[in-house]
Amino acid sequence: MRLRVMILLALSCALAGAAKDSCAECHAALDGPLGRPATLIKHDIHAAQGFSCANCHGGDPTADDPGEAMSRAKGFLGKVPRRLIPKMCAGCHSNPNVMRKYGPQQRVDQYELYLTSIHGQRLAAGDEKVATCIDCHSVHDIRKVKDGLAPVHPLRLPDTCGRCHADRQRMAKYGIPTNQLQDYHKSVHWAALTRRGDLSAPTCASCHGNHGAKPPQVASVAAVCGTCHVMHLEQYAKSPHQAVFADTATGGCTLCHSNHAIQHPTLAMLIGRNSVCAPCHESGSEGAKTAVQMAEWLNGLDAALQRSESVLNRAEYYGMEVSEPQVRLHDGRENLVKARLALHSFRPAEMHKPVNAGFAIARETLAAGEAALREKDIRRLGLAVSVVFILVTMVAIWALIRRLERNGRVPDTGAARG
Amino acid sequence: MSAAELRARAAGWIDDRLGFGAVRELMSHKVVPVHAATPWYYFGGITLFLFAIQIITGILLMLYYRPTVAEAFDSVQFIMTRVEFGWLIRSIHSWSANLMIFVAFVHMFSVVFTHAYRAPRELTWLSGIALLGVMLAFGFSGYLLPWNQISYFATKVGTDVAATTPAIGEALARFLRGGEDVGGATLTRFFAFHVIVLPLAAMLLVGLHLLLIQKTGMSTPPWMDRSRVRTMKFFPNFFLRELMVWYGALAVLGALAAIFPWELGEKADPFTSAPAGIRPEWYFLAQFYTLKLIPSHVWFLEGEMVGLLFFGIAAVVWVALPFWASNPDGSLRSRLVTGLGIFLAAYLAVFTVLGYVK
Repeated sequence: MRLRVMILLALSCALAGAAKDSCAECHAALDGPLGRPATLIKHDIHAAQGFSCANCHGGDPTADDPGEAMSRAKGFLGKVPRRLIPKMCAGCHSNPNVMRKYGPQQRVDQYELYLTSIHGQRLAAGDEKVATCIDCHSVHDIRKVKDGLAPVHPLRLPDTCGRCHADRQRMAKYGIPTNQLQDYHKSVHWAALTRRGDLSAPTCASCHGNHGAKPPQVASVAAVCGTCHVMHLEQYAKSPHQAVFADTATGGCTLCHSNHAIQHPTLAMLIGRNSVCAPCHESGSEGAKTAVQMAEWLNGLDAALQRSESVLNRAEYYGMEVSEPQVRLHDGRENLVKARLALHSFRPAEMHKPVNAGFAIARETLAAGEAALREKDIRRLGLAVSVVFILVTMVAIWALIRRLERNGRVPDTGAARG
Repeated sequence: MSAAELRARAAGWIDDRLGFGAVRELMSHKVVPVHAATPWYYFGGITLFLFAIQIITGILLMLYYRPTVAEAFDSVQFIMTRVEFGWLIRSIHSWSANLMIFVAFVHMFSVVFTHAYRAPRELTWLSGIALLGVMLAFGFSGYLLPWNQISYFATKVGTDVAATTPAIGEALARFLRGGEDVGGATLTRFFAFHVIVLPLAAMLLVGLHLLLIQKTGMSTPPWMDRSRVRTMKFFPNFFLRELMVWYGALAVLGALAAIFPWELGEKADPFTSAPAGIRPEWYFLAQFYTLKLIPSHVWFLEGEMVGLLFFGIAAVVWVALPFWASNPDGSLRSRLVTGLGIFLAAYLAVFTVLGYVK
């Protein structure tokens, strides 16, 4: 087999003639796994920057003779062993002097982070089944993260992680669940990423880290969510739950919102059969009463704002100028958001201010909408009265014409002009 | 002295000084032909009535309107929401502007189909066409004044089209915008055109148009035997009928303003992208849609330039109508003119609807 490959390589090299990159030229003439890299490399960011196969695999790409090109004496490594891949990539990617030329803003600590990750630690312990650089970034056709076809592009990253983490057989020996990807696909984060097209929406790496991937520990869950939900974290820090959840080793945010299948929060989280408060706060307890109180505030404010919006929309439909109260209504909605945010302090007093401000705006905009509708009725009544007056005047003019023309001032019969 | 004697003496005193007797004398001789096409005579008067409404409501709007980028939209919003009956004045101003242009088009086509443009009324036709041009310029300049999203981007499109005019396009666009792009300078000069330049031009042209009508009299369609066509006195018989029509127009205007108040839209934001489906006012839609249908390049010329050249040639032919509508022997090319009129009216109607729908 090896002999046949060598003969094929020699033949293709002879056909290609003298070339600077004999690796790509010879492998392009091969079928199967040996030919694939030569096809893939056309899309590779490294190749585009002038790197050749030899930069990773060693050897002499200027030599026409395959034996010489792939000679151990010239540093040919062949297929890089998996345990050496991170270190090999780090040869350039952890070297600021090299990276400065190609991506001056790129970080150079990926390898260090990788060593702290579960992947890196297991690889160091001899587990070659864990992810290395090429499992996430691909090999031979490595693309920029921003490239939509890159496996680490935000839209593709969940599936890239899921390739291993959703594989039951593969994960069996580690004893970790495999439903994360399925759950994530149901989440608001996935919806934001795919339906709203928000590429900044969280993917696996946003919470777990990318090169230093590890599951967040209980103590750090709130901090991880707080990276984006900054205000929620501030409110949660004031909450009586913060100390309790930290002591009982529960997951902070994830206790109520879950982790991968995070849904859009509704009032059902506070009251009713599916309340997330119920498991800890018995019905009738102070905690349960507070939850009901907070739900009523939020529900009441939402309903009041919706009523104002509906009245304003009706007024707008009738052509009334209500853009000012409509803008004011946005402030009301903002207060509802603030009230929902303040809920994370789980202190009713924190919610008073935005809830009261929101209700005041709802009343004000409702009054403006109702006034606009009353004004609409007045205008139409005014129109009806005016039309009656106009019709009466028209009839009077017609009567005048009839009288004038009966009196002999009928149309003259003089000749018309051309 | 009785009241009647007092009135007669007062009238005599004024007459001696202002000479109203001459006007009365002139009006007593003005007659209007009475025939099947007489109702078309009312459209000129309706256009004049709507123009008067424009002047009155325009003056009232100017009491509050402020022509700067920072204040224009807010001042119109103030008129619509805070000023007593401001909504009514602004809505009537906008509706009557549109109705005036529509009625002016009807008046123009009625003149074509009754061949009232023919000698000796060439100057009446020319002054009427110039008035229609002034009205369209009123519409174009007034559209920008509320400084909302639609008006801002429609003016951008309109001035971009003007920029493709052969030879003078760039200079014309720069003159209209007061710079490279639509901005504060455009708003102030459009305001100046709208409230000073165009009203002065319109007043002069209306005066000339009325004077010429007075001089040449009302035309009778050529297919009628003039000796058998009866006439009625303009004052009071025709005038009273016209007054009834004006009252009718007033009722329509009031109904439109009360039931469909003219909307304000959103304040213009030059940094956002143009809203979807941006298009000019309906009276430019036919031309706008035609320009959209023309390929980007026709032979070596830009598509828009070809379109404008075509419109320019068509406009010259149309304006010169009284001068080519007669054969050398003096007979009228009435079929040709009527056919062309029907074609133009159908084109404007169909392409306006298509421009609106598509």
